[in-house]
Amino acid sequence: MWGISRTNSRCMAGQEQIAGGSRETGDGAGDTYRVAGALTITRAATTAREIEALQDPLTIDLAQIHKMDTVGAWIIYRAVRDRRAKVIGANPEIESLLEQVGEADRPVLIHPEEEGGLFRVLDELGTWMAELGQTLVGLLGFLGATLIGFANLIKHPKRFRINAIVQRFDVVGVRALGIIGLMSFLIGVVVGQQGAVQLEQFGAEIYTINLIGRITVRELGTLMTAIMVAGRSGSAFAAQIGTMKITEEIDAMRTIGVSPIEALVIPRLIASVIMMPLLAFFAMMMSLLGGGIFVWLMLDIPPLTYVQRLQEVIPMTDFYIGIIKAPVFGFIIALAGCFQGMLVQGNSEEVGMRTTNAVVQSIFLVIVLDAVFAVFFSSIGWR
Amino acid sequence: MTAPPIIKVRGLRNSFGEQVIHDDLDLEVCRREILGVVGGSGTGKSVLMRSIIGLQKPDAGEIEVLGEDMIDRSEDEAKNIRRRWGILFQNGALFSTLTVAENVEVPIHEYFPYLVPPLIDEIASFKIAMSGLEPEAGPKYPSELSGGMRKRAGLARALALDPELLFLDEPTAGLDPIAAAAFDELIKSLHGRLELTVFLITHDLDTLYTICDRVAVLADKKVIAVGTIPELLSLDHPWIQEYFNGPRGRSAAISHKEPVEA
Repeated sequence: MWGISRTNSRCMAGQEQIAGGSRETGDGAGDTYRVAGALTITRAATTAREIEALQDPLTIDLAQIHKMDTVGAWIIYRAVRDRRAKVIGANPEIESLLEQVGEADRPVLIHPEEEGGLFRVLDELGTWMAELGQTLVGLLGFLGATLIGFANLIKHPKRFRINAIVQRFDVVGVRALGIIGLMSFLIGVVVGQQGAVQLEQFGAEIYTINLIGRITVRELGTLMTAIMVAGRSGSAFAAQIGTMKITEEIDAMRTIGVSPIEALVIPRLIASVIMMPLLAFFAMMMSLLGGGIFVWLMLDIPPLTYVQRLQEVIPMTDFYIGIIKAPVFGFIIALAGCFQGMLVQGNSEEVGMRTTNAVVQSIFLVIVLDAVFAVFFSSIGWR
Repeated sequence: MTAPPIIKVRGLRNSFGEQVIHDDLDLEVCRREILGVVGGSGTGKSVLMRSIIGLQKPDAGEIEVLGEDMIDRSEDEAKNIRRRWGILFQNGALFSTLTVAENVEVPIHEYFPYLVPPLIDEIASFKIAMSGLEPEAGPKYPSELSGGMRKRAGLARALALDPELLFLDEPTAGLDPIAAAAFDELIKSLHGRLELTVFLITHDLDTLYTICDRVAVLADKKVIAVGTIPELLSLDHPWIQEYFNGPRGRSAAISHKEPVEA
């Protein structure tokens, strides 16, 4: 038997009939498919299946249909196209609907065609390498443009945008104090706690202070600050400049004669370069404070002893190493952020992608440079 | 027309904070008509549309669409009504991570998940062709399309479920005159063939003259007049007079009174 499906559309005059298809087997000359009521998308699946099951040559009787939509028409049209079915009893409206879907019969690819297998892997690898090369060249070019911008500013010191720089100081530096302070304090506590657990086994808890002091001053203070600044400010630079590119503000600036490098990039660079060492110093102090409170509470080492011992174990070179790295990291972060922002073109989706790139790129470069610094400073004897 | 209206708005009030957008607004849209909605910037044309389709909860008033009360409907009930309309947002509002064809398939998947994929693909194909897009547009992503193509793709998605009611928010804004005229033609022909009722927000005087059966004018937080363009012209409201009798209005009127035969 043929399934009968109910339509649930309550539209129009509200007197829908139950639609159903029935089959009649003619005298050896194929089947006749008779549908009544509404032939719409609601019963498309059933209708398609019913027609599928019938024998050729097929005749479709639409005399009882009082409502049909394009999907219904498409199913009938398909039967006519593929199986040369004969349609009888169609009223002019249905005729015209069938004609319309016929006109619109142009196969469309739903998904973009993709190469499969090895070829695709190679293709992606190649694209990726090409992009990497382009990014590196682009970054170098951007660095050059920035240096030229600096040179121009030195030649014309009046064009120096002191207000913009001070505003960036606030955004990059002052507003970051809270989160960087909290993070560094906790890092001090964690380093102290982990160190104490391990060193306790040798009865050498006192060396926890060496661990906290040296690792935070030499490495973690600056590195963690750089990562935080990359996430906070590097991303903001990329997003701000990227949005300005989309809204054509950068183009407007150029046509007015303002150099976007001078107006947007250099203030951000200067602010990052100056703020990074200050923030790194602040981070070191907060880590030492966190570590100090930990050893005081958990290892019963009084603060005075802690400070005294820090003085003894941290060589001045550790502090220099930490502070020298900071402005370099700040420069890299601001450069990557502004560079990615300038690369934005087209739509807002690109802003998100470029912002992500800016953060990933700057953190990656910071860590690579940190390794280079580590090797360099040990080889000049600052151990 | 004696048939009950397809959209009925009574005493609608919308406000954002202190600013009242609509106050005691009434509007009726008849079945099978193309109603143009015009009004100056900031008169709340889009807010009116958003209220009717349930994206904006009004402060007060009644909204009835397709004979169903729209205010405070449960999500399930609202879904059944939403199935019966299609909406073209101003910038297409295509899902940017899906191709054009996949965009058209979204409503079909949502409401008829049991249809077999090949049939859904075929439906999407002829909807795309009906909206006047080339087959090559199907596998493209929205970011690869021009403004006009994006609107057509949005229209294809709006038509995916054979709606009885079509909402268009400034369909010709940002299109060049040729593309805009072609889009008007498209809407007119789809309206004739698919028995659509069209609620159309526009600033385009040519669109009003070419395809709209009636025009509703929004001003002073209300619909101040609804009627055919000659009917509106006989009113002496300053905004209406300026709108239709300004330099642009007059040139649009002239070009439609004496159609240039090819």
